[in-house]
Order: sequence, then structure tokens, then C-alpha cells
Amino acid sequence: MTELQAHVFKHRHIFGLEQMSREDIEFIIATARSFKEISNRSIKKVPTLRGKTVVNLFLEPSTRTRLSFEIAAKRMSADTFNIASSTSSTTKGETIIDTARNIEAMNPDVIVLRHSSSGAPYLLARHVACPVINAGDGTHEHPSQGLLDIMTILEHKGSLQGLKIAIVGDISHSRVAGSDIIGFTRLGAEVWLAGPATFIPYGVESTGARIAATVEDAVTGADVVMALRIQKERQQDPLIPSLREYAIRYGINRRRLERAKDDVLVMHPGPINRGVEMSPDVADGTWSVILDQVTNGVAVRMALLYLVIGSGKDNQEPGEG
Amino acid sequence: MTAVIIIRNGRIIDPINDSDGTGEIWISGNRIVSPGSVDAGDAIRYDAAGSWVVPGLIDMHVHLREPGEEYKETIASGTRAAAAGGFTAVACMPNTRPVNDNGSITTFIRKTAETCPARVYPVGAVSKGSRGEELAEYAEMKEAGIVAVTDDGHPVMNSQMMRRALEYAGSHGLPVISHSEDAALSRNGCMHEGFVSTRLGLRGIPAAAESIMVYREIALAELTGCRMHLAHVSTAASVDLIRRAKERGVPVTAETAPHYFTLTDEAVRGYNTNAKMNPPLRSEADRRVIIEALGDGTFDAIATDHAPHSVLEKDIEFDLAANGIIGLETAVPLTLALVRSGRLTERRLVELLSVNPARILGVPGGTLAVGATADLTVINPTISFVYTEEAVLSKSHNSPFLGQTLTGKAVLTICDGRVGHDELQAR
Repeated sequence: MTELQAHVFKHRHIFGLEQMSREDIEFIIATARSFKEISNRSIKKVPTLRGKTVVNLFLEPSTRTRLSFEIAAKRMSADTFNIASSTSSTTKGETIIDTARNIEAMNPDVIVLRHSSSGAPYLLARHVACPVINAGDGTHEHPSQGLLDIMTILEHKGSLQGLKIAIVGDISHSRVAGSDIIGFTRLGAEVWLAGPATFIPYGVESTGARIAATVEDAVTGADVVMALRIQKERQQDPLIPSLREYAIRYGINRRRLERAKDDVLVMHPGPINRGVEMSPDVADGTWSVILDQVTNGVAVRMALLYLVIGSGKDNQEPGEG
Repeated sequence: MTAVIIIRNGRIIDPINDSDGTGEIWISGNRIVSPGSVDAGDAIRYDAAGSWVVPGLIDMHVHLREPGEEYKETIASGTRAAAAGGFTAVACMPNTRPVNDNGSITTFIRKTAETCPARVYPVGAVSKGSRGEELAEYAEMKEAGIVAVTDDGHPVMNSQMMRRALEYAGSHGLPVISHSEDAALSRNGCMHEGFVSTRLGLRGIPAAAESIMVYREIALAELTGCRMHLAHVSTAASVDLIRRAKERGVPVTAETAPHYFTLTDEAVRGYNTNAKMNPPLRSEADRRVIIEALGDGTFDAIATDHAPHSVLEKDIEFDLAANGIIGLETAVPLTLALVRSGRLTERRLVELLSVNPARILGVPGGTLAVGATADLTVINPTISFVYTEEAVLSKSHNSPFLGQTLTGKAVLTICDGRVGHDELQAR
């Protein structure tokens, strides 16, 4: 615990990795590591957040992230409540602020928000007293995903310093890329982006990432290859002519992957469009750490919940019990 | 007996008369008269020492929201804000509910404004309902009092429609005001496309969405020979096109707004909806070119694009929030900042905020000549104040400048010989 206690985590809300220093990120990962073994116990529950209330306000469809946050909260004995867009009053015309105020009147300890508008967590945090955790906002950030990706790479590589990480696919519409690029570069990795130009957002080099001319260039010598999902639901414009052409020109297949380092990690934030952004043999191959990402997601979310609501003086140490 | 107002010791800046010096302005009734030409026995006297006396400021681009959205602004509240900001006249855009696309709405606006502290010049719609499909009835609206036509808020996407609007408006002596935006290119965008939009995950509007349409408007003005005024210009590329068109003698004029020469897209960080507008706040490179173009005469006018919105439209998700900020009460201090930094002369400020808007719209004002309508503004260029929500006279408070200390303000506004705003205090 010495390493954990050495850093003071000052963030009341978790908006994104942009606000986090390298030390913050390392501290969260270290905290997540200390929580991870709880998920391997026969009785997967500690009393760390007993009596705390976690509201998962998911105003955009999500299964994986919502479930991951819910499992994380329950493994620490918090009470969780899920509000999905289909059951929310926002479908009746209520504003997000009114929804939040009503939830707040029931005294939750944290609101975990998924929203289709970038910046919605900032808006929410201005109107509620409790901490807010961003579970994905528009095309901005998905910080818990970024952190779990970092944790997964660290488990396999020990450090991100000097690694070449290729991110391939729809960068423009990916909040995962938003968090990953910031987190990876902040920890010293070299991030290369590849995909059709219609998927590369304006000025993305300002984040420290570099744009590769081809997928082959991005993948060559890479320590990590991250393929992103083609976000069909987020595309208002016709950005690619067909999934077929995309799969042929930009999909991560065995042939392309052979250009990477022998011990390359293949990652994907899921859900995968098999045969489009990644061929099945790559997704399921020995390089793949995709399911490790999912496992680490629970640990990272446990850490985030603990750090924003459970690390007060009246709480027990992480992992205790 | 006609009231006489005497303003003494002020620095009188009147570009049309090529005058800039300390003197007296005498007003009798609704006219400026020669000092000493009327009985001053009961005159209301102001000491304007340290201040500038300039022709009444004219904001050629405001949204007054009445009829239809009176909860945001009314003609009465908007003109109170105008007078407080130093404006003796405003031109109001037609995107009310219903749209000002007929003589009845124009007449309603004129009549409602009759007792207000600033003149209101309605601008009619280019097309019925501002839908870009059929020409509105310009002749009827002109009879009722419009001074120009525009579909502001909605770009006229059909080039043939815009050509016909120019020709038809030209035949009635009306300029066409263009909201220059390629709607296909800007679609769903909510801020300037640049590295800030990428960082914030907000869909960007490229600068080209404006300049493409500015080029089309210049081409159509050149084709028809009719007067085209380009509203709220925000990009360096647009400025370049306008500068070259003017050199060729194309009948185009252009305005920009104080927020485009004061702020950049960095103001959006934190998802500040009070920095959301259309066109969006641009890059620092654009901002610098806008300032340069104000000084060198490429721009004819500074207009606020005063766009009141309530918290209902602003305190929501950024991409869903309404575009626009209020601007009537901050235009003078924000423009004065350019004078203080040496990038604008005092004379140029008056030209941009009074002389040229009057000329473009063909309305009275823009001068302090004897015999002219008594519309004038006294500006104290050094007074500092904190711009607070409580002090705002507009019904809405959507300004990115709230809480800031601003320097310079209008301390006396006289419209048609009547005092509309007075912080100078008669003696």
C-alpha cells in the first residue's frame, strides 16, 4: 500500500484522461491491481463500499460497460441502480439536469453517466453534489476503457514507455480512441493512427499521436495493435463506401499482423464486427488480449468507484475482507 | 417648448464631417442644432469631459425574438439593452415565430418599437418562412418598413434562389444580407473544426463551410450587380475573398461580430454553451486576420448578432444547445479593446459602429452634423465595470463575458432627441 498511499488522488469527478497526470493514471492502475484478485475469489465480495449507492445513468444503449460498472460496484457491496435510456424520463422530455436532480434527491454517492453528447458529464457535475464518472460521452472520452486498456498493456509489457501502439479504424467517432491516445502517450508510448482519411479527425496530431500513411506502416514493428469498431450508429455521413472494402483495405488480418513484433498484443474495445475490422483468427489468436481487457475493466471500475466515493476516512482499505 | 440638451467638453468624433476635437453638441427637439442657435435657458446639460461624443451607434444585426419567443427577449427589452450598450438603432433579423416574411409582421415590429429607447429597423425574409423556396413579398415589406432582406439563421442553399433574391431586392433598393454557410458541410457541427473540437469530441464546422458560400455570394453579386452584405464573417479565408472582391469593385459589404475578434474556439473548452454560436468561434489565426480586416477597411461594420437564449436552450448538452450569445451591452468595451491595443483608430470605430451601418441600410444617422437627427452616443473609454448577470438588461444572459471586468462603455445614449440611457447624469 505504500505506493498507493504516496499519491494523493484529487479528482472529485472522472471526466476523462485529459485531466489526469501520469501519476494519477498509474495510481488508478495500481489501485485496480489491488482489487483485481477479488474477482478470482470464490466469494467475490468485499464490504469496501457497503452502504454506498451507485446510480448507473445510461442514457445511451450499453451492455458491457453498464454490466462492468454494476459488477464492480456489487463486488464492493455498494447498492446499484440502473437507469437506461428507454426507462428514463428523458424519453418523456425531461432534461438531463432534471433527471439528475431527481436522482440526487435520493442521495446517491456517485452517478455513472453514459451519454450520447460529448461533455454531458461536465453538465451533470455542475448540477449535482455527488461525484460523476464518465462512462462514455459522445465522441469525447471513455476514461474507464482507456484505463483498462493501459492496465492490460502494462500486465503484458510492464511499461508503455517506448512502445509502438497502432490504433486502426474509426478514430473520428471513437471515444475509446479519445482516451487511449491521451493515456498511451502520457505514459510514454508512441501512438500511430491508421485508417481511411475520413476516419481521422482534424488536428489529431495535437494529442501527440502520429498518422500513418497505411495500416501496414502503422502495424510494422508495433508492440500493440488496437482495432476500433466501425461505429455505424455514429456515422452521419457516408465515410466509407462499404464494409467489404474496409475489411480488405484496413482490416487487421494475419498477413498484416505479421509485420508487427512477434509478441504483439491485439486489442479491441468490443464489440467486434468479426471479419470487418478484425479477422476471426486474429481476434481469437494467441496475440489477442481482448478478454483480458474485459476482466480488467471490472478492476478498473472498482478502483474508480473506490477512489471517488470510498476512500474517505470512514472506509476500509481496498481489498480488505 | 422643445427640450434643449447641451453636451459639453466631450471629444466629438464625427468622421463624415471629418471632425475630431473638443466641443459642444446642442440638441433641440429631435435635431442637432448649432450651439447658441436656440434658447438654452432650461437646457439639460451634460459634462462629457473625458468621454467621446459620437454619432449614435447602429447595430445592423440583432435578434429581438418578438414575435414568438418573448421569453428570450422582447422588442422593449432588446432596445433597452441596445440603449444601455450605446446603440440608438438596431436592425432585427426576421427569424421570429412567425418569420417576418410579410408586411403585417413588419408593421407589428415597427409599431411595437415606436415607444422604445432605440430605433428598430426590421429586416425581412428573403424567402417565405425562410425556407429558401419562394421569394417573400419585398415590396409590401419595404412599404411597411424593412431595410434589407435575409434568411439569417438559415443559409439560402439554392444559388438560383439567391440570384433571384438579389435581382428582386435590388429592384426595390434593398440589400440582401447573407448568412454564408454551406449547410451540407456544416451539418450537425457545433463548433469550429480544429484540434479543440477533436479534443472535446465535438463535431466540427470547417472554416470552408463559410468561405465556400462567401465566394458564391461574391460571384452572384458580381453577376447581378446587386448589393450583397455578408453577415457575421468569421474566417480568414472569407476575409481574403471579400478583400479581393472589393478590389474588383464587386458591390459587397461585410460585418463581423465582437466575439470573432475577441475569442477563439478555446473558449468552448469545458463545454461552455455560452461560447456556442454559428458561425462558430474560430482559430487564433482567423481572429488575427479578422482584426486586421477591421483596421484596413475590408470590413464595413461591426454588428453584434445579439442572439438571446434562455437557460432552457443553453443549460443543456453542448451539441443540443442553441447557437448565439447576447452582445448589445458588450460591443463597445470589446471594440474599445482594439482601440487601446492600437489596432483600430477611434475614427474607424465610429465608422464601423455607426457611419457604415447607416450607409449600408440606407437609414438616418451616422453623423453629428447640424440638422441631422439627434441620435448620439457618449462613450467613456476608460471606465471599468464588471459585467454581471444582474446588470444585464437583455432578458437573457447568455454571454461568455459574464463575470469579466470590461473597460469602456456607453454612458449616455440619445435617440431622436430623447435620452434612452443615462449614466452621465445631467447637471
